[in-house]
Amino acid sequence: MTVKVFVDMDKCQHYGQCCFEASDVFELDEDGKLQYVAEADESRRDDIESAADVCPMQAISVE
Amino acid sequence: MSSVVIVGAGLGGLRAAEALRANGFTGTITVVGDEVHLPYNRPPLSKEALAGGVDVPGLEFRRKASIEDVDWRLGSAAVSSDLAERTVTLADGTTLAFDGLVVASGIRPRRLPIPGPQEGRHVLRTAADAHAVRDRLRPGTHVLIMGAGFIGCETAATARALGAEVAIVAIDEQPMVRPLGAELGAGMRRRHEEHGVRFHLGHSIDSFVGDDHVQVAVLSDGTELPADVVIEAVGSVANVEWLAGNDLDLSDGLLTDSAMQVATSSAPVVAVGDIARHPNALFGSVARRIEHWNMPTETGRRAGATLAALLAGDEPDRGPFCAMPSFWSDQYHHKLQSFGMPGIADRIELVEGSVDGPCIVEYHDASGLVGVVGVDRTQELAPYRKQLAARAG
Repeated sequence: MTVKVFVDMDKCQHYGQCCFEASDVFELDEDGKLQYVAEADESRRDDIESAADVCPMQAISVE
Repeated sequence: MSSVVIVGAGLGGLRAAEALRANGFTGTITVVGDEVHLPYNRPPLSKEALAGGVDVPGLEFRRKASIEDVDWRLGSAAVSSDLAERTVTLADGTTLAFDGLVVASGIRPRRLPIPGPQEGRHVLRTAADAHAVRDRLRPGTHVLIMGAGFIGCETAATARALGAEVAIVAIDEQPMVRPLGAELGAGMRRRHEEHGVRFHLGHSIDSFVGDDHVQVAVLSDGTELPADVVIEAVGSVANVEWLAGNDLDLSDGLLTDSAMQVATSSAPVVAVGDIARHPNALFGSVARRIEHWNMPTETGRRAGATLAALLAGDEPDRGPFCAMPSFWSDQYHHKLQSFGMPGIADRIELVEGSVDGPCIVEYHDASGLVGVVGVDRTQELAPYRKQLAARAG
């Protein structure tokens, strides 16, 4: 089982709050743009859900 | 089966419901909301939703599958409660019984009593408020904003983008001065002025003039400003009235302990979000209300866990509450972001850049670094946040 992560980049404002919840999945690059991995191990689900919860723009969906 | 009533259908109420389920509570959950909407995201109401139209379903929060069975009682505010009897009464006359109560009724905008016509005076808290303002923001319209905090400044930026003429009247010396300090506040003022916003700082409004609709605002120094639309963003009042008569500390919101529990001899009661005056071990023992967007989620998680434990007959985790306060703001594509509590600092230091450009500002008190604010330097704030989190000791 894997967790599928999708960030709506039209909504994302690159605040990077998600990075503090799941730093192995979400990261701001040197230019301050959000980078993320689209698929993560099931064991990471709770932290990824937390990242989606704390996104100010509510741009993250998790499947 | 035990039952929980959550008063408040905003982000805090939603997160408390999810946390109750996540912590094993299987009883019934009823959420009471004064608005007709399911929990939705408010920050866009002063920004993109104000500029582009208010689509409430599009602003709704994702609701976890675990709370599919929640009973939403929307469109009727709680008006009274009897904690000893374990009941809450709604405006429509319904009385709900509970075994545990979550206070998530939030805040409302403060209104100042100012003589003159009242028509044309707006606030910006709910989708309905934003909808009413949105229809009146047109090119050339004279918009007068009372208050130079975040909501006032964001609204000013949005109104300028829509072509309105914008004036801000505030008693403060600089915009957003309490969280940012005078120097960065002045930098933000200059950004607004470059975009054509006119500030009248150090002033209040004595009266409004007009027939049945505000046309002119008269300031404390006698200045008269045209005002087709007045938007009032002068702070907030906690929605505690429905809790009166229960011998609670309602002096500034509702006082809780570090587990978000309210001291009462009757039913288990927790509070979350803007209304909860809670201690945060990162910043000493003082209990504070923190009206930042991330706090309903943080306090909701803790409160849900506490209430689930209490209703199961277990002792909740009463360890320190150490959530990191954070705010952000978007004005003319400039991004402010903060961690910690810059507002409690007594020494402010610009450590990177200039307050008129991308910058990082540190906020200190006798205990050390208490907050950081970055403007257009978001990706560089992580080490500061880490340093602030280490205050937990």
